[in-house]
Parts: sequence; structure tokens; C-alpha cells
Amino acid sequence: MREEFVFQGWRRADGRMGIRNHCLVLATVACAAGVVRQVGQRLPAVVAVEHAHGCGRGGPDLGLQIKTLAGLVQNPNVGAAVLVGLGCEVVSARLLKGTLARSGKPVETVVIQEAGGSSRAADQAEALARRLLGELEELPRHRGTAADLMVGLECGGSDTFSGLTANPAVGEAADRLVELGGTVILAETTEMIGALGPLLRLAESEEVAAKLKAKVERQEARAREMLGPLADAVLAPGNVESGLTTIAEKSLGCIAKGGSSPIREVVDYGDRPSRKGLVVMDTPGYDIESMAGMAAAGAQAILFTTGRGTPVGFPAVPVIKISSNSELFEAMPDDIDLDAGTILAGKTARQVGEQIVDLLLRIARGEKTKAEINGQAVFAIAQEGPAF
Amino acid sequence: MTCPTRADRTDSMAALGIRVHPRDNVAVVVADVQAGDVVRLADGSEVRAVEAIPRGSKVALGPIAFGGAVIRYGEEIGRATKDIAAGEHVHTHNLAGTR
Repeated sequence: MREEFVFQGWRRADGRMGIRNHCLVLATVACAAGVVRQVGQRLPAVVAVEHAHGCGRGGPDLGLQIKTLAGLVQNPNVGAAVLVGLGCEVVSARLLKGTLARSGKPVETVVIQEAGGSSRAADQAEALARRLLGELEELPRHRGTAADLMVGLECGGSDTFSGLTANPAVGEAADRLVELGGTVILAETTEMIGALGPLLRLAESEEVAAKLKAKVERQEARAREMLGPLADAVLAPGNVESGLTTIAEKSLGCIAKGGSSPIREVVDYGDRPSRKGLVVMDTPGYDIESMAGMAAAGAQAILFTTGRGTPVGFPAVPVIKISSNSELFEAMPDDIDLDAGTILAGKTARQVGEQIVDLLLRIARGEKTKAEINGQAVFAIAQEGPAF
Repeated sequence: MTCPTRADRTDSMAALGIRVHPRDNVAVVVADVQAGDVVRLADGSEVRAVEAIPRGSKVALGPIAFGGAVIRYGEEIGRATKDIAAGEHVHTHNLAGTR
């Protein structure tokens, strides 16, 4: 008999459930990165997030930045945040705080130019973060179930086995989570190019199918315009070395992560789904940016498959890494949480899918992922246009 | 647990090739294959490799004519850029995407 999917989490003011209770110290602009890094060094308990965004872009990209940064603060794994800005940037700490007014989450701001420079700003941010960390410790825990979870799906460094082992196993786990009432996000629109047929068969309605088709075709046209021949650009050298030949082949392996549930909705990058079940989000295939979109939508955990191996994690959101082959699991034991290569030795995708759900439950109950243990957290937002 | 190695293959139980969908005309080999090796699939069917095929690459399960669809996951992943014989290695030298 399977263990019931129940954990003790943190219910946020908007009703969503966190599986972590982090205090975020977030730069609103690249210029604040050094101050945020200092606070992170002084207070390892916070999740310090620096990035290269916040200014110097056209309107659509700044909109994406504001949406994604605000979404990260609103992620249910975040209990409170200190926003650190410079003072003259577009995405200022005050602007971002203004968008968060209704979240009911404690959010403080520090502005470097007003604080009297970087050292004083770091002191201010540290003091605020210490207070917020204390407040977070007092928060009560609440009973959560799989129905409270939104789980992002991602692959990075795919190999020829990804589509045979890790991705179908994640697909089985996704089906199980959907059965239990949860939400699963299939992303990476560039990795749906050539795989529209099977995806459209899963679409719940004509409307969902039409939107999905439009998103994938737009991404394909855009990729072709910017990159030229698709296979050369979208397949990384490591993909081809491993035996993958064409973009459709990579995509068909990639979408196996979504499983076989009906696709309920197609959402834009960083937007919160309004439906439960399997949802598609329009994101780039680039894993860091794709994870940022899903985290901004509220994903509390990410299932990340890899054939070549990667250490990446994400701020405040546990990233569970699953290897497509056992050699990788043995070669990078500090980075990979679970081996789906056992399927090549006779396990079924369903059995490994159950292992993934069990591991997700342990992570929801507080066990740390390898990336969390290693402090691996990177952050970048998908962008449309050039920098100015 | 490790993946099957060449040595494991003398034991005829182990499937050497993985075909995902019954329609597929290629299978992925889970260990390095030499010319003359028999690639057995889980359903018991076999194809003899006519050349070396590296682990993770595709083997043609039957002849595929120039311009013919190469099927994996039950879907077309590209077209043959030359005639491909059963047991040949299928990769960038004889398969190209149509996108």
C-alpha cells in the first residue's frame, strides 16, 4: 500500500501552500547584486538572488522581468522578502513592492543610493532579513497534499536515453500527481517543435489545441528567423554525440515528461495557471529561464531530467534531478537525486515514476535535494529583445 | 545498478535494443554494438548489425529507402538521406530532420 501524499507545509495568505519557508533577499536590478551577495554571505539562512536584469531593456522585456521577479516573491515557498534596489533603475524596489501589495506577504525594501552606499545598504538589508527570519520561524505548519502542489518539469543536457528512461518515468510521476489532484507544468516550447502531433492529441479542447499550436509555431518561426537551420541550433553538440539526430527526435523524447493526462490550459511565461492538472507553459528550452517562468507561476518543486549531467538548482524551489543513465548517476553522485537509468536494466518507467513521487514527497516533507545541499541556485529571466 | 555491458549480451535474455512504439523502424542500442552482433528487442525480434553502432544510437530494424520516414516514438523524426539497410547505424550521416 502506498504512503499517503501528506506533508506539513506553510499556507500563505493567498491560499497556496509552501514546502519551504524561505526569506528571499532579492536584487531588483543587476547593480544591487553585490549588496545581495554580501547579505547572503553574512546570513546563509536567506535565499539571496542576484541577476543581470532590472534596467536597460525595452518595455516587453521589462514587463517580463517585473512579472517574473514579483512571481518569485509570491512563490509559496517564499515566506518573506527583502528587495534591494539601486535607486535610479526601472525595476525599482518600490515599484516591485507596489505590485506585491495584495500578496499579504511581508516585503521590505532597501535602496542603495538612499541608504548611503553599499555597506550601509547591506547592513540595513541584513537587519531586515534577520527580523523576517525570526518571524518566519514562528509561522505555524499546515497539512498539505499533492493537490496543493504545482510541479514544474524540465530537462537539461538531454541524451538519447532521456526519452527512453528519465522522461517517461517523469511522465508516469506527472500522471500520478494529476490523479492526486495536483498541477504539473510542461514547458520548453522550443522542445515541442516537431512533436505537436502527440501533444495536440492530449489537448482537452479545440481552444487549448489552437493555442498550443500557435505557441509552438511562433517559437519555431522565431527560432528559424534567429538561428537558421533548426537542428544545428537547437540540438547541442552533446545531444548529437549521445546519438540524438533530429530536433523532432529530441522533442518527442522531451514531451514524454508530461505524461498522458489531458492538457487543461496553455499559459504564457510566468503566468499562474487557473486550472489544475497538466498545463503547458510557453517558455524557452534554456533550462534556467524556463525554471524561472515556472517558479514565478508558483511551482514549489521542479523535476529535472538530465542525460549529460548538470549541477543546477533554483532559488527557493527544490530541483530534483533525475539521470537518464546509470553511468551519469555514478559519475556525478553529488548532483543527481535519482537514477532512471535502472530502466535500461529492466525496471519499468512506472516503477521509477513511483520512486520519483516518493522522493518528491520526502522533499515536500523537508528532505533537501542535492542542489539545495550544494547551494546551487541560478536565476535568469527569458527575454525577447536586445539590451539597450 | 549499471547498464548492460558487452559481456552481459552473451546471456541472450538481455534486450539490446529499445523500440518504443510498434510502428518504429529504428531502435536505440543500450550498449556498443559491433558488426555482426545480434540486436535483440524486448519482444524477442532481432536484427543483425551490419556495422558498429555506438551505445545510445539507432539501428535500422528494416530497410528504409532514400526519402523514407524514420519513425521513433511512433512519430516521424526525419527522412532518410540515402538508402538504409536493416542493421545499419542511423544518425546524421543518413537521417535529416524535415524542419
